[in-house]
Order: sequence, then C-alpha cells, then structure tokens
Amino acid sequence: MRLDPRIPEGPLESKWTRYRDNVKLVSPANKCRHTVIVVGTGLAGASAAATLAELGYRVVAFCFQDSARRAHSIAAQGGINASKNYQNDGDSTWRLFYDTIKGGDFRSREANVYRLAELSVNIIDQAVAQGVPFAREYGGMLANRSFGGALVSRTFYARGQTGQQLLLGAYSALARQIGLGAVEMHPHTEMLDLVVVGGRARGIVTRDLLTGRVEGHAAEAVILATGGYSNVFFLSTNAKGCNATAIWRAYKRGAGFANPCFTQIHPTCIPQAGEHQSKLTLMSESLRNDARVWVPGTKGDTRDPAEIPPAERDYFLERIYPSYGNLAPRDVASRAAKRMCDDGRGVGPGGRGVYLDLADAIARLGQDEIRDRYGNLFEMYERITGEDPYRVPMRIYPAPHYVMGGLWVDYDLASTIPGLFVLGEANFSDHGANRLGASALMQGLADGYFVVPYTLGEYLAGMRLEAVDPNDAAFADAKRLLAERTARLLGVRGSRTVDSFHRELGAILWERCGMSRSERALGEAIGKIRELREGFWADVRVPGDGNDLNQELEKAGRVADYFGLAELMCLDALERRESCGAHFREEFQTPDGEALRNDESFSHVAVWEHAGDAPPVRHTEPLAFESVGLAQRSYK
Amino acid sequence: MKLELHIWRQKGPREKGRFVTYPVGGIEEGMSFLEVLDVLNQNLIGRGEDPVAFEHDCREGICGSCGMVINGIAHGPRRGTTACQLHMRHFSDGDVIFVEPWRARAFPVVKDLVVDRSAFDRIVQAGGFISARTGSAPEANSILIGKETADLAMDAAECIGCGACVAACPNGSAVLFVGAKITHLGLLPQGQPERLARARAMVEAMEGEAFGSCSSHRECEAVCPKRISISTIARLNRDYIKASVARPRHASGKVQEPVGT
Amino acid sequence: MHPLGRAYASTVGKKYAMAVSGVILFLFVVLHMLGNLQIFLGRDALNGYARLLRVEPALLWAARLVLLAAVTVHVVAAVQLTLRNWAARPVGYERQRYLATGYAARTMVWSGPIIAAFVVYHLLHLSIGTMHPDFVHGDVYRNVVVGFSVPYVAAFYMLAQVLLGLHLYHGLFSLFQSLGASHPSYDRWRQPFALAAAVVIVLGSCSVPAAVLAGTVR
Repeated sequence: MRLDPRIPEGPLESKWTRYRDNVKLVSPANKCRHTVIVVGTGLAGASAAATLAELGYRVVAFCFQDSARRAHSIAAQGGINASKNYQNDGDSTWRLFYDTIKGGDFRSREANVYRLAELSVNIIDQAVAQGVPFAREYGGMLANRSFGGALVSRTFYARGQTGQQLLLGAYSALARQIGLGAVEMHPHTEMLDLVVVGGRARGIVTRDLLTGRVEGHAAEAVILATGGYSNVFFLSTNAKGCNATAIWRAYKRGAGFANPCFTQIHPTCIPQAGEHQSKLTLMSESLRNDARVWVPGTKGDTRDPAEIPPAERDYFLERIYPSYGNLAPRDVASRAAKRMCDDGRGVGPGGRGVYLDLADAIARLGQDEIRDRYGNLFEMYERITGEDPYRVPMRIYPAPHYVMGGLWVDYDLASTIPGLFVLGEANFSDHGANRLGASALMQGLADGYFVVPYTLGEYLAGMRLEAVDPNDAAFADAKRLLAERTARLLGVRGSRTVDSFHRELGAILWERCGMSRSERALGEAIGKIRELREGFWADVRVPGDGNDLNQELEKAGRVADYFGLAELMCLDALERRESCGAHFREEFQTPDGEALRNDESFSHVAVWEHAGDAPPVRHTEPLAFESVGLAQRSYK
Repeated sequence: MKLELHIWRQKGPREKGRFVTYPVGGIEEGMSFLEVLDVLNQNLIGRGEDPVAFEHDCREGICGSCGMVINGIAHGPRRGTTACQLHMRHFSDGDVIFVEPWRARAFPVVKDLVVDRSAFDRIVQAGGFISARTGSAPEANSILIGKETADLAMDAAECIGCGACVAACPNGSAVLFVGAKITHLGLLPQGQPERLARARAMVEAMEGEAFGSCSSHRECEAVCPKRISISTIARLNRDYIKASVARPRHASGKVQEPVGT
Repeated sequence: MHPLGRAYASTVGKKYAMAVSGVILFLFVVLHMLGNLQIFLGRDALNGYARLLRVEPALLWAARLVLLAAVTVHVVAAVQLTLRNWAARPVGYERQRYLATGYAARTMVWSGPIIAAFVVYHLLHLSIGTMHPDFVHGDVYRNVVVGFSVPYVAAFYMLAQVLLGLHLYHGLFSLFQSLGASHPSYDRWRQPFALAAAVVIVLGSCSVPAAVLAGTVR
C-alpha cells in the first residue's frame, strides 16, 4: 500500500494557496459529463454535494435517512470554531492550528490542520450568508463562546443547536440544487458496497431501504461522507442509524483504514440509567464554560449534593489542571472523571457519574442568562432524568462520541483507492488522537465546501476514464455478493436478536478498548469478539425478508461489519504501544496518570490494509512536525 | 410497570392496516417511549413475529425522524417533547396506550408507524433556501443582525421537520412547517432579496402536495416539539399575499414577473 | 393568470378571501345590529331608519351586491377548502385528543351553513315577508313585534345568533392569521377581541327577540 500524503511544497502558511494556484481545472463544459457520487448528507456530504453541483458536476447523493436533513450532524450542540479573532483575545489561524495539533496530541498532519484553520473563517462567512442564525451580540455582531482545549473564545454557536443550523444551511443549499435538477437525491438508500474497476472507484451498490431493491450506480468519482463508527460501542451519543458499513466495505475493497483505535470518549454525557437504554445523550461541552465539575471529597459520601459544603467537594479538574480547569480537553477530562469514579467517589446509580454544577454561574449571572445560554440543554436533561438542573447539579459520565480514526486520506482527501474521496468524520485527517470541541463541524464543512471541490477537479481534470455501466461485471459481482450475504443473514434463523449481539459487542469494547486499554485486555477482547462473531453467524435471528422495509436486516448488516471493525480497533490499540490523546494504554503513563507518548516509535499514522482471510497489514505514514515542536501536552 | 399497547400494524403502503394489542411488562420509568417499543420488538422477534417498524435516529429530539400519535396526541402527552424524549415516568402502571402513525394523505403510510414525509423535502427544494453560492459570501460581520431578530429567526429555525404539525392539524395542513422556514429566512437581512419569491415558491409547492388548509385550530403549535409559534403562519400568509400582488418594477419601468428561484 | 386569480388558487389565497369577505360580513352584522337596536327607541325611530335605507335604491343595491359578493366568496371558498381539508385526512385517528382547538373552531363547518340557512329564512321572514304571518310593507316595527311574538320563531332567531357568535368567535381570531396580522404587541389581544365582539353581537342581536318575548317591546 502506497501512502503518499501528497503535501504541497513550501511553507506551511502558503501550501493551500499554492495548491489552489496550481490545481488543475476541469473545463466548465466538461463538468456536467462527470458524475460524482456522494454518500451521506451530513455537513460534509451535503456541503460537498451542493458545492459540486453548483460547479456543474452531475451529482448523485445518497442517505439512509428518510430525508437528507436528518443526518447526525444535526445533533451537534455546542458550536463551530473559527479563528476570526472577533474577541480580540489573541486568536489567529496559527493559534487555531496549534491548538488543534496540540489537542490531537501531535498525531495529525500539520498541512491538513493548517488548511482547516485557514478555511475556518470562510465557513462562518458561508453559513451566515445562507441564513444560519448564529448567536449575536446586542450590537448585531456575531457572538462567541469558549470551548475545551483553548484559551481564546472562538466558538460560534446557535443556541445548543449549532449542528442543526449548520446542517440545515447545507441541506438548504443541497435542496436548492436538487430543485434545480443538478443533484439526484436518493434518500432511504444505503450504500452496501464500493465498486472498483481498473483499480479506481467507479461506483457503489445500494439497497433501497423501503423496497429492498439493490442497484448499481456508476460514476467517475465516489465521495464518502458517512460519519463515524462510535456506535460500535452500542451505547454512544451517535444516532441509532450511524454506522461504519460504507467505510468498512471500502476498506474491504482496498482503502486503507487509519488509526481505528482513536475513539473519543466525551466527558459530559448523561449517565446510563437502565439496562434497556438504547443510546446516551450528550450535554454540550459548552456547559463547561460556566459549570464546575466536582465529586465528593471522600469515598462513599451519599449525601444530597446540596448538603455537601464546598470545602468537602473536590473540584478535580480545577485542582489537577489549574490553568485550563474545567476547560481541559475531552480526553483529559474524561479520564479524570473515570479516575474519580474508579476511586469510589462517583455519584448517582452505580457510582458512575460526576457533578456538572452550574449553581455558581446561576448565582453570578442569574437564571435568565443561564436559560438564554443553555435553556434547551437544561430542558433536555430534565426530560431524560426527571431532575431540574436549575436546582440540582447535573450528573455526567463519559461516553463514546466521536472517532478520530477513519479511512486514510492524503492532502487531497483521496483514499488509497484512486477516485475514492473521504470527508468529515469518515476520514482520519485532522484531529490526531483527540478532537477538540467545536472542531468536527469545522472539519466537515471545510472538507465539503472548500477542499473537495478543488481536489476533485485535480483528480478528474485531463483524465480520460472509460465509461462504466452499472450493469457491468464488477457491479453484477458486487450485487451477487450482497445478495448472498443478505440471504445468509436471513437464513440463520437463530435465537438471538441483532441488538443482543450488538450490546454484547459494545460491552466487550467499552470494558477493554474504551477509555483505558492494556495489552492483556485487548488480547482478551479480540478473542471474545471472534467468539461473538461466530455466535452471530450461527445464532442470529433476522425476521422478515429482504424485499421491503426491514429494519432488523439493516441493523444486522451493520453489526456484522462491526465485528471486523471492533477487532481492527483492538489490533490497532494493541500495536500502538504508547498513550496519546484519547488512546490511553495503562502501561504507558506518567507518574501522575497522564498519557505518555512515544514519539520515537509512534509519531506516525497507522494504516491498515485488508488482506482477505489473512490478518490485516499495518502500514505507517510518518508524521513530520516541521512547524511545531513536539511537546508533552500540558493543561496544568 | 406494565402497559397495554394498541399499535397500528400495516405491512405496506397498499395493505390494510389494523390495531394489534401487545401487553408489555418490565418497563422502567427512566425508559423512553421508543425504548418501550425496542423491548416490545425484542420480544416479537423472539416469538418469530415481525417487529414494529418506526422511524428513529438521534433519539435526542433533534433529527425529527421519530413521530407517532400516542393516545391521540402527536409525540405524546408531554409538550415540547418528541416521542424519543418522552419518558415513561409520565405514564402509570396499567395504562392503555394507542400508537398510530401520522395520518395525512400527504404522508402515506409506508409500514406500521413509518410514513413518507418526502413532501416536506419537495417544499424546501422549491424555495426554502437563500441562494448563496459557496465562496461568494461576504465577511460574516459585514451583515449586522440585531440580537432580537437573530433570536426570533432562531425560534423559527429550530423546526426539526418531524411532521407533528401536519399530524395534529385537523386539516392535515403543513403551514406551520412552511411558515417556520419562511419566517426564519424572511426575518434575516440575507433572506430579503428572495423573500417574496421564496414565499410564493414554497406555498405553491405546498399546494401541490395533498395538505389541507389552515383553520387556526392551533393544534400544530400545541404539539410542536420546538414550540414554534403560529405567528410564523401569519407571516407566511402575509408574505405570500404580498408576493402574489407584488409586481417588481425594473428600471425600465416594464412590468415583469417576479424572479423565480 | 392574473395574480389575484393565482393567489386565490391556493389555500392561503382562499383563506385570505374568506377573511376579507368575513370582515365585510362582520361589519354588516355590526351595522345591522346597531340599526335593529333602534327598536328600543320606538316605532318611529326604527321605521324611519328603514325608510332612510331605501332613500337611494342605487346605494341600497350596491350594498346588497357587495354583501352578496362577500357571501358568495365566503361560501364558495369555505366549500372548496372544506372539501380539500376532508381529503387531506382520508384515515382518521382511533384516538384523537385536541389540545388547543375549541368547540367554535371545530364547528365552523356546521355553524356556517346553519347561519346561511337562517339568513335565507330571515330574509323570507322579515324582509320579503313570505314566511311572516302578517307582513306589512314599510312597518318594520310591527313586523318584528308580530314575528317575534311566536316563541319558537324568537327562539330560533336567538339560537342562530348564538351560532353566529360561535362562528364569529373563531372567525374573528382566525382572520388576523389569514390576513397575516400578527405582532407580539397585539397578538395576545386577538382572542379577547374575538370573544368580546362575539358576545356583544350575540347579546345585542338577541335583545330584540328577547324584549319582544318579555313584552318590553310591544
């Protein structure tokens, strides 16, 4: 597997400009002859589809939801970063770049991250022009808030629904192009395979979720913007439908999978309440702006939180990280919370929770101001827990939220399969080993609005691709494999439901490849996953048939893919013998329990190549840090 | 907690549907309504029966996928709450609960509780946007928007497109959905150039679907999980009528049709 | 198509037409009531007022034509909208609980036709006189007193006024919406205004048959 990141020459600050100056252009007359498939309509997919259609490409877009507007980007709450420096507090492109590189614990590519920081300002302009109702100050200027991992206030937000508003902006741009006939939209359609012809990605095979109809779609390029795979844990903050199938099938067709073990566990989620719980809900990290995180100072203190005097509380983030305090990055804050609970000082059912307390802020700013800032989050908390957060401190616990890992891409966002581009959370590119808050929206939109429209042209310009017909052998072959697989899933007729396998898989991973990992546990996990996979194929029960809406069949296909992915995550975690960012190996920690990186041996991207029945092969892309010095991350 | 669920079962768009009664036990008050359906489905699969199909995705009240009429109320008895965020502490042991799909000709049933809401997408495609080509945007702070205007636009922009307004309206009208978008974009300075054309295009697209008209019953506002106000409907009416009579005059003085989208 | 025709083709345009015609009909009802209340000023006042209305036949017919047009628009649009609304929900709910709408709003479709039927009867009864037991052209006062002395006729009139009140109660609120008149500064007064106007109309209009029945007007 050839891993050339194709980073443009020249100083970091001018790489993207230089790239754009020299990028090959597709003639306007030829763009309409190029069909581009976009899978997924979240921030990355919708913005890419809309922008490419505006440029004149023929775009065919797919989403599994009943409408493009429902992609899970919609659930992002807190905000989107941009180095506008409207607060005059010292922000700059460089600083956003540096914060992101450092936040990612020096496991991301400098050039990509710098470009992201550069484009961040354009995203805000674009979103405002589309009518995204960002929060405003009284003078009519855009407002900002602070987010974890940064000492400047650079996060733009629309109440607690920033993702929703940004997605609706991108969706409206997409809808406009659909209305104009420039985008052919297929909702309720799931991509189930990638078709590679002559070594290039030339199409996909899909299943219409309402009719079960399997179809091939041919194109000159395929863009995957299918999000992340946190749902491999079963309980995560992702939507129930989020899945890894598209990227997993692409991996099986030859796309390299980068850093699969880099999974982010978000510190501020509502703790699990019962055994039937189907998902976990995030409380925006923005709450940490005004909230203080604490646990009782002594073990087994079961007093009502209001009865615990301040002196007997341990504001552990403020204590351990005095300079960043409650705004420590996610991985750091999550592990700290876990340590407190492991120490027996957790609160709530099972002792798996810490307090997120806004009482001081309410006293200082008044309930109205707090309601203005976080009203909808408070309501959501109250709905789920039945507790009133204006009176009782919220309880939170870390939960799987985002994956930094994903398909490997070069500077052009092109995967190892020519013609296959990967955007947003589905790729691995910008967040290293840990993503900072309010950076996912930024990356998805940068990729879709501003990066791929250029890099796709670079790929297509001057290329003479032979016409491919969706009835060709490669498509027929993929369809046949798919039909066999569907028949196999339906044919087991065992005794256990898909969900029961998924829950069990999630528990295995959460215990052994979650917030804390060790060689022993990971080895154990791999064995258990294999066993469970065998059990799945021998005993799963998928009711119904493949010819209509069959939600169990959809889930079964996704879970079947999770087994392989879960194993790859464990394998990757096992091989990365260091701790960095969200990847915490118990064997590698500083005396005070912080992640201990090993830059000598692991300053690289681990890229896995599928090798059929043989074990996957690990390749590496070395990371060169030319502009920033590698430093031990400190938030103290 | 034990409940008696009466759920609308319908195999396909053209099949006849009926209510089937399912007793479900072991319900904890911390569970969401959809988790009760999860439990029921696990039981049904175990018994070799077809599970109940229902749309759901984010389960935190923002994607707008889920939607069902629970005991006669769209999204159930708790105001400002989607079905996925409706928790069982609002029910009592032994409750009899009827669960029905959204009922509207514009939202035909696909299967069980799943309906086809693509009419909403078609309305947005007709004009629910500000035409802003990628790359053409001016510096964000060059457009000043007062906090109050931004807040009002945001109030309307919160719509999640779930369709509860249509389901609850005795006339199956979609004006709250359409009004919310017209209000969101129509309040903002960026939305002014296309404001009237947008209202006209969206309303005409809405008319092309099988929705009914507004009779000011206000049921939509009452069930809306985002509590969107019917004042957005008044704005829709105002902008649409204005768009219908307005005939923009160009410098030449010639009367022209309003610019389409 | 003419812009107005194009607007009318939509449900929004039809509702607008209903609101405008509704306003005209409401204003007529107010004036009509004020005129009728002159019965309490005595025979000469009422009959004088009636003569005054007929001084200029052209004006009278113009007014009648406007009213007729308003009624036509109101009824035609209502029928068209109702048919569309019924078609919009071919399968109803097994359970349906209303949270916001009221009796008046839900019965518009029935109060409307009943009021229309009443208006026809009323014209035959007190304007044309064919359904009046002892009609004397020009002596409005006498016609009213004689007409309302029949208890079931008076009762029917009062029932019709109550239905009109219900119809107005919802219609007067709804027309603000249909005309696009909504603003935080007065939105909260729309419902109380509708209620107050409806109550005044019901009380004012019922006072005439009630007074005749009670014998205060003879």
